[in-house]
Amino acid sequence: MKRSWFAMPYIAWMAMFTIAPLLLVVFFAFTNADGQFTLINLRNFFDPTYLSILWRSLYLAFFCTIICLLIGYPAAFFLASKDFAKNQALFVLILLPMWMNFLLRTYAMMSLLEDRGIINNMLVSLGFERLELIGNEGAVLLGMVYNFVPFMILPIYTALKKMDTRVIEAAEDLGANPFNVFRRVVFPLSIPGIVSGITMVFMPAVTTFAISRLLGSGNFWLFGDIIERKFLESNDWNFGSALSLIMMLLIIASIGLLNKADAKQEGGGAW
Amino acid sequence: MSRENALINLIGIHKSFDETKALDGIDLFIDKREFITLLGPSGCGKTTLLRIIGGFESPDEGQLLFEGKDILDVPPFKRPLNTVFQKYALFTHLNVYDNIAFGLKLKKLPKAEIETRIKRMLQLVKMTGYEKRMVDQLSGGQQQRIAIARALVNQPEVLLLDEPLGALDLKLRREMQLELKQMQQHLGITFVYVTHDQEEALTMSDTVVVMNEGRIQQIGTPKRIYDEPENAFVANFIGESNILSGTMIQDELVSFAGGEFECVDSGFGEMQPVDVVIRPEDVMLVGEDVGQLTGEVTSVLFKGVHYEMMVQVGDYSWKVHSTTMQPAGSKVGITIVPFNIHIMHKEESSHEA
Amino acid sequence: MRKFLRGGYLGLLLTFLYAPIVVMIVLSFNASKSRAKWGGFSLQWYQKLFTDTAILDALWLTLRVALIATVVATILGTLAAIGIHAMKKKRANVLMSVSYLPMTTPDIVTGVSLMLMFVFVFGLVYRVSVAIGHPVQLSLGFGTMLMAHIAFDTPYVLFSVMPKLKQMNVNLYEAALDLGCPPLKAVRKVILPEIMPGVVTGALLSFTMSLDDFVISYFTSTTDNNLSMIIYSAARRGIDPSIYALSTLMFLAVLVLLIIINKRSALENVS
Repeated sequence: MKRSWFAMPYIAWMAMFTIAPLLLVVFFAFTNADGQFTLINLRNFFDPTYLSILWRSLYLAFFCTIICLLIGYPAAFFLASKDFAKNQALFVLILLPMWMNFLLRTYAMMSLLEDRGIINNMLVSLGFERLELIGNEGAVLLGMVYNFVPFMILPIYTALKKMDTRVIEAAEDLGANPFNVFRRVVFPLSIPGIVSGITMVFMPAVTTFAISRLLGSGNFWLFGDIIERKFLESNDWNFGSALSLIMMLLIIASIGLLNKADAKQEGGGAW
Repeated sequence: MSRENALINLIGIHKSFDETKALDGIDLFIDKREFITLLGPSGCGKTTLLRIIGGFESPDEGQLLFEGKDILDVPPFKRPLNTVFQKYALFTHLNVYDNIAFGLKLKKLPKAEIETRIKRMLQLVKMTGYEKRMVDQLSGGQQQRIAIARALVNQPEVLLLDEPLGALDLKLRREMQLELKQMQQHLGITFVYVTHDQEEALTMSDTVVVMNEGRIQQIGTPKRIYDEPENAFVANFIGESNILSGTMIQDELVSFAGGEFECVDSGFGEMQPVDVVIRPEDVMLVGEDVGQLTGEVTSVLFKGVHYEMMVQVGDYSWKVHSTTMQPAGSKVGITIVPFNIHIMHKEESSHEA
Repeated sequence: MRKFLRGGYLGLLLTFLYAPIVVMIVLSFNASKSRAKWGGFSLQWYQKLFTDTAILDALWLTLRVALIATVVATILGTLAAIGIHAMKKKRANVLMSVSYLPMTTPDIVTGVSLMLMFVFVFGLVYRVSVAIGHPVQLSLGFGTMLMAHIAFDTPYVLFSVMPKLKQMNVNLYEAALDLGCPPLKAVRKVILPEIMPGVVTGALLSFTMSLDDFVISYFTSTTDNNLSMIIYSAARRGIDPSIYALSTLMFLAVLVLLIIINKRSALENVS
């Protein structure tokens, strides 16, 4: 018995549960309800309604990623710095919410933002007007950032921790001041962490439907919402598959782009 | 090259990896109780050859006879030989005792016997008392000893050693070389040893097999290999050499470096191009006016036991070892006694090392 | 001073991350259902939680799916890693790239693709069964959810085990053979102990991914709900304080688990 045969059950499983389903998506995307080849599903996507939904998904995910990076980078940097390196508990505490079900976290956010939620109740008891905090894009964005910011911190933290401290000492030895050490050594070396952080935030943000449904109160749709509705409500699997295919290509393209940028940064590095 | 009563016979072994030829027609026999060393630069095929004997690689062509029977179809775990691997390959999840016991337990030997055998082995490798240690707590030299014990405890007829001392520092290497040689003589088993270190090969072996580019260059005793290299590659690889192009004028007379020299070789024909090899310690520096050649010392290095001087003669820079120093810039004469001039056939153009 | 500022920043971040969770924990003990006022300390929502059969069933289902999926995925993934590791480089690279695919596919696409595949296969089964006179109507539930979980867990095991195999001394397996160990036994006695840390990591990863999954379960099961699906539908219905109680318990579970893991790795570092 050859050792390479050990992979056989896995290969069979993957063929059945990864490759075949994705091929079915492609098949459905290019056929109509009668199973005939058509491009109508793809053409339907280029309708202003759907394009504006895609646009909204993209800019919300984009802003979410930027905000997570702006919040997360300093946090990761401080956590990895000498000041807090020994403080394991703090690190665990920051990452702990990541391990909690994201729906529960979203649920918690809802309780704060709702019309009769904690914040509005506090405003009223202080004599202010109620604010409309939920059911808009801001609430969805806040919910995304709240859910995904630990996913930005962790990979950057790991990249910074992995860094050889002698590199920093070498830079100092060569006459770099703290700002230059950061700009020319620490930051470039943490780019792989940033890249995986961006991937880990952007991908779920652009594809989510639960967060937008709960915090957007169904007032507007994101890309994920229309896929969900096409499959579970209007039963239009062909159009749903076309949308899924587009989403997947979008994700693969953006990951490819990111990795390319990363490879360039590392001088054609090891991806 | 094969021989009836040899322990191991390798006949016409060929092996390629993808497009590169690792072994290109190897014929070799190994006698019982022989300490044989496969010596060559990295990529010469010596490790591949060892792995074929061990059963971890199978050749594309050729036969491997063990006591006259072809064992190429015998899987490694059934072959009567054991291996000491390059970086020891100790099982880090087991302690010293269980590492050594690994093979014995598989043979289902009684516990008492396993214990006495391990005890004896640990004595042999001077590691008594280390039974309970985890292997990653041992130094490189100690791990080496355990790897040897783990292989030897199975009482193999042949022990294969793949650069076993490569990771040790120089002093430890020297010690282990001696110990290994003593062990081999004491136990009376065959050692097939792979190394790229020519000094190691010359110190330990009964027979040295010099390999390059998948072919055997020369087989012989260490002394013969050193004194009578068969080609320029061997001469260059074993020790340091001055290698010059020359012309064999007639038997026992050769011309090179612009002079004519008496030598002891014959049978090359007349006016034939040859390579001339002269060891640095065989080059004698004499007064400028009495040398067969004259040149100028360009650099001097003190090497501990001797001085190494480079002497420029025409367009060739000679390496000379001597216990007396000539300062850089001085003019010197060079003489070489006929016995120390080694003549060999010109290498085919492929070789440039 | 610097440490103080950095600490302050991290403190703000912690406040942002924990405020919603703390609010939820407090409200889970509130006797009043209203979030406007504190009606006194009460455990009634916990009582309600433990008598809510829908939630208890979902909890049980979630645990079963996670456990079985983890065991199967760990075995499949570990065998696959050993097999792929023993393959020629070209084939191994192809398989690793294909294994990377489900990890870059958005959850929603994985979910709908598996749903398509299951429904497609069930349709075939139905037609064949009708033809032979014993109609069988299969539906999306526990079984399909379990298969989907195994499919998305396995690559994580593979990618956790592979680095350990690559780190392993290349001659280790051969050393075992050399000492008289037959190949299968050598895998069990030598390779497995060497890669155990990777196997454990992969199993833990699988288990948490399964426990936490919402999107893929949502599309691959209609008759059975896991905890995430229950939370999602509860959240869509509006506020239910027994979900706060559930959150509190899950938060505590994660906290205890992380403390244990941290203690263990700290101990390992010492010894």
